Amino acid sequence: MDLSIILDNLDIYLQGLKNTAILVSLSLVIGLLLAVPLAILRTTGNWFVQAPVRAFVYFFRGTPLLVQMFLVYYGFGQFELIKSSILWPLFREAYFCALFTFTLNTCAYTTEIIRGAIKATPVGEIEAALAAGMSKMKMYRRVILPSAFRRALPAYSNEIIFMLHGSSLASVITIIDITGAARIVNSRYYSPYEAFLTAALFYLGLTFCIVFLVKRLENRWFAHLQPQVQEKTQRKPV
Amino acid sequence: MTDNTASISLINIHKKFGENEVLRGISLDAYKGDVISVLGPSGSGKSTLLRCINLLEIPDQGRLLVSGEEVKMKQNRSGINQPADSRQVEQIRTRLAMVFQQFNLWSHMTILENVIEAPVHVLKIPKKQAVENGHHYLEKVGIADKWDAYPAHLSGGQQQRAAIARALAVEPEVMLFDEPTSALDPELVGEVLQVMRTLAEEGRTMIVVTHEMGFAREVSSRVVFLDHGLIMEDGDPLHLFDNPQTERFKTFIQAMV
Repeated sequence: MDLSIILDNLDIYLQGLKNTAILVSLSLVIGLLLAVPLAILRTTGNWFVQAPVRAFVYFFRGTPLLVQMFLVYYGFGQFELIKSSILWPLFREAYFCALFTFTLNTCAYTTEIIRGAIKATPVGEIEAALAAGMSKMKMYRRVILPSAFRRALPAYSNEIIFMLHGSSLASVITIIDITGAARIVNSRYYSPYEAFLTAALFYLGLTFCIVFLVKRLENRWFAHLQPQVQEKTQRKPV
Repeated sequence: MTDNTASISLINIHKKFGENEVLRGISLDAYKGDVISVLGPSGSGKSTLLRCINLLEIPDQGRLLVSGEEVKMKQNRSGINQPADSRQVEQIRTRLAMVFQQFNLWSHMTILENVIEAPVHVLKIPKKQAVENGHHYLEKVGIADKWDAYPAHLSGGQQQRAAIARALAVEPEVMLFDEPTSALDPELVGEVLQVMRTLAEEGRTMIVVTHEMGFAREVSSRVVFLDHGLIMEDGDPLHLFDNPQTERFKTFIQAMV
């Protein structure tokens, strides 16, 4: 085990860490923002609205992320229509292709997570919202979504971690993420053990941060589900 | 609008669930200050009737007026009745308040947040004032110290009292109670009935679907007995309980006592 290899190449790893972090967080954020309206459509829309959402979710959950990425990165170039469009400068870039694929992939999974959470809203709470005179919009904003997000959090934290690990596939299409950095180091020094163990440690560290943040969020959001604490922390009136 | 306009006016309300005709032509007027107990065996349609008033169920036929304002209905392509104007429905619902059998508090909000939700976000009352009022109503139902607890941390009786505070907070014209004590442990029923009794004495207009004979007899100003989707008896409780007009009501009272 030669630690100096790692220390000498730490800058490559940090570059990789930066790329992984940006790629994963951007796709998670955009994916989540898209997933919320899709999940609502999936629970309220009529058949014609639901069908395309269903198809989208089915495709992205039904095929491997790597295949999706290849389809975008290698496949899109085959189509004159895309090549001649103004989007081509974007799809020519491996980075954008990865971001595009990851976003749609996590969006599909997140749509299902949120849809399930919305469906599990207690009927009584919905009736109480209606009886209070809330419009449908208001009911979603004030009652259904806040309660659904709470229910969705444990499953969604899994999705965050899956996405982080799935992002290592980006290294296959020339992106220097954490795994990409490890591959470079490995190919330079022929020391796979050091190279990939370091990558693994980076992923472990990131996972630890995610778990920690989710835990904090759970403590705040799940106060209504936790047993009451003995010493009551004094809260100011709202 | 004159003083003798009914707060709630139901005219020939029909409601079917599939083949099952739950309400078969109900007409009922509730005036300001009335406390009407709706009694009846299970399946008689009393909850459905209550839910038709705030349009949680849409009557198939018949007219509904709230303080003289008629709910506009239209028929959809399959000939089923639907409210013509969802805005009007929302507006009318803000003037009625419902207390449910299962409390139905919003579980992710604290008790105070539950109470101020509709005033702040539906009625657009300034938050500061709504909070002030909220504490006042919680005090009224006797759970002032629970304002920052979550519903799951309260007993059933406390949750139901919180739900009553939530209903009071919109200053409704009519309060609808859907079997408010049926989900409670027997020893918790009293505290909820006590709160309702206070409200009745204040002259609030209430329509109460209940199995509590004591409440119907002592607190309400009028008792309505429903059976198989029809009003069988309607009148002053003291008179009605002592002189039941129909055999159905007679056996019902005997079974309940």
